[in-house]
Amino acid sequence: MKLKLDKKDFENFFQSLMDEYDLYAPVQLAEGVSVFKKIDHPGEVNLTQLHPQKPAKDVFFPQSEVMFRYEKVGKQNQMHSTEEVKRERILFGARPCDIEAISIIEKVFVGEEYTDIYFLEKRKKTTIIGLGCNHPLSTCFCSSAGGDPFLRAGSDLFFIDLGEAYFVELLTEKGMAFRKNKFFKEADPKDLTLVKELEEKAFEKVGFSIPVDGIEKRLDLMGESSFWDRVHEKCIGCRICTYLCPTCHCFDMVDEASNDKGKRVRNWDSCLSPLYSLETSGHNPRPTTRERTRQRLMHKFNYFPKIFDRVACVGCGRCILYCPVHFDIREAINRTSPKRLKRFVGERL
Amino acid sequence: MVQQKIREKARELLTKKAVDLIIGFGEGTLPLRATPLFIRSPEEVDRLIWNSFCENNLATYLHKLSQFKVGLVVKGCDSRSIIALSLEKRFKPDQLFLIGVPCQRMVDRRRVKKAVKGEILRAHEQGDQIMVEGEDFKTALKRDDFLYPSCRMCTHRTPIQANVLIGDPVEESPLIETHPEVKDFEKKSPEERWKYFEKESSRCIQCYACREACPMCYCVECFVDSYNPKWIEKGLSPSDLEFYHIVRAYHQTGRCSGCGACERACPMEIRLTYLTQKLNRDAKELFGFEAGIDADAPPPLSTYEIEDRQEFIK
Repeated sequence: MKLKLDKKDFENFFQSLMDEYDLYAPVQLAEGVSVFKKIDHPGEVNLTQLHPQKPAKDVFFPQSEVMFRYEKVGKQNQMHSTEEVKRERILFGARPCDIEAISIIEKVFVGEEYTDIYFLEKRKKTTIIGLGCNHPLSTCFCSSAGGDPFLRAGSDLFFIDLGEAYFVELLTEKGMAFRKNKFFKEADPKDLTLVKELEEKAFEKVGFSIPVDGIEKRLDLMGESSFWDRVHEKCIGCRICTYLCPTCHCFDMVDEASNDKGKRVRNWDSCLSPLYSLETSGHNPRPTTRERTRQRLMHKFNYFPKIFDRVACVGCGRCILYCPVHFDIREAINRTSPKRLKRFVGERL
Repeated sequence: MVQQKIREKARELLTKKAVDLIIGFGEGTLPLRATPLFIRSPEEVDRLIWNSFCENNLATYLHKLSQFKVGLVVKGCDSRSIIALSLEKRFKPDQLFLIGVPCQRMVDRRRVKKAVKGEILRAHEQGDQIMVEGEDFKTALKRDDFLYPSCRMCTHRTPIQANVLIGDPVEESPLIETHPEVKDFEKKSPEERWKYFEKESSRCIQCYACREACPMCYCVECFVDSYNPKWIEKGLSPSDLEFYHIVRAYHQTGRCSGCGACERACPMEIRLTYLTQKLNRDAKELFGFEAGIDADAPPPLSTYEIEDRQEFIK
């Protein structure tokens, strides 16, 4: 069923959902700075930035999250679980790359052996309204990284900006629940033509120029390559690229406790931080930015695809845009291209 | 041309093996950006560039290169950081060769981006203008309207200490007298100041880019990373974020060169330099001290004089 939503009805549409759902969408915190967060009013939704600094993973796997609380009452220890999500949620305004990234994290968090109830509970209770990318940025390389600017996978509903209206597709059972929504109208055939044009334009813009394909095999040869001696040099060891990465999913757990009560909290962690790999003995197997940069790239482009058949990068370009020393992950990937790799691994290729 | 002279000097130093490596700036992959560049052989020197986007303080790299003899391209602020670090005995004598470049003041790329609608795909400098181009626009911006606040008020554009100076020293007159935000900040009531600080620090994501970009932040273990004792929780509670920012700023008192690297590094665009600039002004007004100007004057908070004012001791 092909539908559309007039933009003049957008706020009313959102308002009508708020009785039933908690709404998460990009919100501007300052000029040029936005994040996905729970909104109180539809007017807060702000789509000026294609990629808000913090990716949509923050909605499913928040930067800091209480896992449970505990308390000593008299002689009794009491525990209170906190994973339950009480209200159904809607995520609006995430781009296909961010949504693809949620499926990537899901591969780790919802596996055969382990299930992360905190992630799963939020994932189950969230309806995702994806938003097509009419104007990918020059830093976007989703198509090279296995996605595309209009990838529907992962979305329950999918919106495409037609200017005056959003083209609306209902993709899953959760999405179909919206088919009788009073704000949706039937789309015209000319809307379909426009969608096709927008898609083609975006596809052409984003291109396939980054040699991600087959990278895990090439990196297999590079564990101790001199490649790593140079690629890390300008890294100052902050955590921006990992925290703002929609697929990075490492966390650390701590107890925040005082007197008779406390809580266990998990916080995002980053392989770029010295503390991440520091052992109790004081030994650090990844002592410098060389080993840490290698870990970041190897995890994304070698270890992860070996286990899950997909690189842990969706080509959103946040790490390129926000790196204070302008480390460009595309350059690092380019240097592993079969042609240039010869320099580092010689005839072994 | 400055860029050519930097390359020539770099080639000479590397050919003579006077240094192990040179750190300067190279072309970025995005418009309005340069990137720190590490050069180890004379064949690579033509990758060195110089323009108004060379915004990083390269002195921050010296901490991880203590075993090497480093040739470093320095602006006024970088050279001040190096003097401040020398006073803290961070380098062996003769470990550094400073290629000083009088700075033309650096362009705030984020302000440029905000001045146009649409993504900037190409940019270059032309005289006192920055020409920016996107898919459907092309516009000329006046360079001086888009400088970093710390650069607009800079009074030491010519490196104070350098083994060689590329080009002539420049006139040291600031474009503005005071950091615009410090001026506004000082006029506010304590409640308003707290509110401003609270709002800014609330955006913090604890990436610690401000710390890593700063040459003066080199503790082996930063207080925020310490587990025993634990000074701070790693969640995002406002009090922890505020605590970090207060301590970070105060640790800079009398040591900060005012380069603005912290603020430029912040992905959440948190205002940071109004705090350090205020502390810099206090250090100047109370102790007549400016960081990184005098290679023999220890920072006021790490020394004492018999005549020090002590009426605050009750």
